[in-house]
Amino acid sequence: MNIDSIQNGIVLDHIQAGKSMDIYQYLHLDELDCSVAIIKNVRSNHMGKKDIIKIDTPMEVDFDVLGYIDSNITVNIIRDGRLVEKKHVELPKKLVNIIRCKNPRCITASEPQLDAIFLLSDEEKHTYRCAYCDTAKDKKF
Amino acid sequence: MARNLIDIVDLSVEEINELIATAEDIIQHPAKYQDACAHKQLATLFFEPSTRTRLSFESAMLSLGGSVLGFSSASSSSTAKGETVGDTVHTVSCYADIIAMRHPKEGAPFAAAQVAEVPIINAGDGGHNHPTQTLTDLLTIHREKGRLDHFTIGFCGDLKFGRTVHSLVSALSRYENIKFVLISPTELKLPRYVKEEALKKRGIPYTQTTDLESVIPQLDILYMTRVQRERFFNEEDYLRLKDSYILTPEKLESAKPDLSILHPLPRVNEISVAVDKDPRAAYWRQVKNGKYIRMALILKLLGIEV
Repeated sequence: MNIDSIQNGIVLDHIQAGKSMDIYQYLHLDELDCSVAIIKNVRSNHMGKKDIIKIDTPMEVDFDVLGYIDSNITVNIIRDGRLVEKKHVELPKKLVNIIRCKNPRCITASEPQLDAIFLLSDEEKHTYRCAYCDTAKDKKF
Repeated sequence: MARNLIDIVDLSVEEINELIATAEDIIQHPAKYQDACAHKQLATLFFEPSTRTRLSFESAMLSLGGSVLGFSSASSSSTAKGETVGDTVHTVSCYADIIAMRHPKEGAPFAAAQVAEVPIINAGDGGHNHPTQTLTDLLTIHREKGRLDHFTIGFCGDLKFGRTVHSLVSALSRYENIKFVLISPTELKLPRYVKEEALKKRGIPYTQTTDLESVIPQLDILYMTRVQRERFFNEEDYLRLKDSYILTPEKLESAKPDLSILHPLPRVNEISVAVDKDPRAAYWRQVKNGKYIRMALILKLLGIEV
């Protein structure tokens, strides 16, 4: 299967197979006017299967969102058809307005205008806790 | 940003030890502190009812020569008109030098601290944290035992919603050689996150049981708690669990002669009134300690040295 290469934009590579739609949703890629290609289950020597997203426009990417969903993703910046930069994402220490606390007793449940802040509490288990009420949110979707 | 006390872990062990030392000095030399907070104002914002915590904060500030303002229920504040916690606290921080707040929602003091320009003290946020009760408990243990390490403490009752338990477990986990015995109905066990963060990560030993009488002989401290009606969404669950543990003189017969019985109060019936006469009952002394440690805390957060 062939997908045209892009001239100016971003390629998100090494996405764990099956997570590309989560990224599409969390990065609000549906709001873009340009071409966006989601390529699922691409064969990979390293990962077995992987997903790739190609975005045919230069844009700011929220690295915290990417790191939260899958910290193995690489972000390739393409200019004039050439790879000019390759960035690796990390598990973010803090998430702001990416996920919401599900504890009905949390102040953010009754005052939704507050920033939803989560802090990384366990790097190995990828566990985040609500900064307000300490309720845990596992990284997995 | 002002210094706050939202969670007991905001204070280092050294700072807690300093607060205890200040409280001890206040107990010994109250006159020395009687004008320490002259012309300072404490606002007590209680969005949820309280007797001890609010009055002890007010008494503490008055004993330091300061003054107090505030409200004691959400219905007598602009919250009733739909004002957010942040806006209420922002407003009050224009009038007061320091704020103590209690709120039924977990994390409300953290939200308040994001906008306040004066120190915020969490005086209880739902079933989450109650750090000044923890300071009270630590001062009481220190006064009863002469130390904050090397003992076995049993927590009994509602360990799930009991915020005083969560904070005290976190605080004590930083001291040496403390064994924890967690006594509760299965439905009211200590939350997993408290066990993981405070105990498992630090390799601290603990046992869980539903049977108070079988473990009471090994305890140096017994921390009783009330099953709180206001924390249940379901009245049936509350009625089924509320009388799970009732401490009586008979049950104390097998306890150590130097056991210290603590309770954050108010009690309903989990400690029989007959136990009050037992010298091991430390909970009324604990109430008194609450005022002194809050005096020490107010001084610290206002940066006042005596």
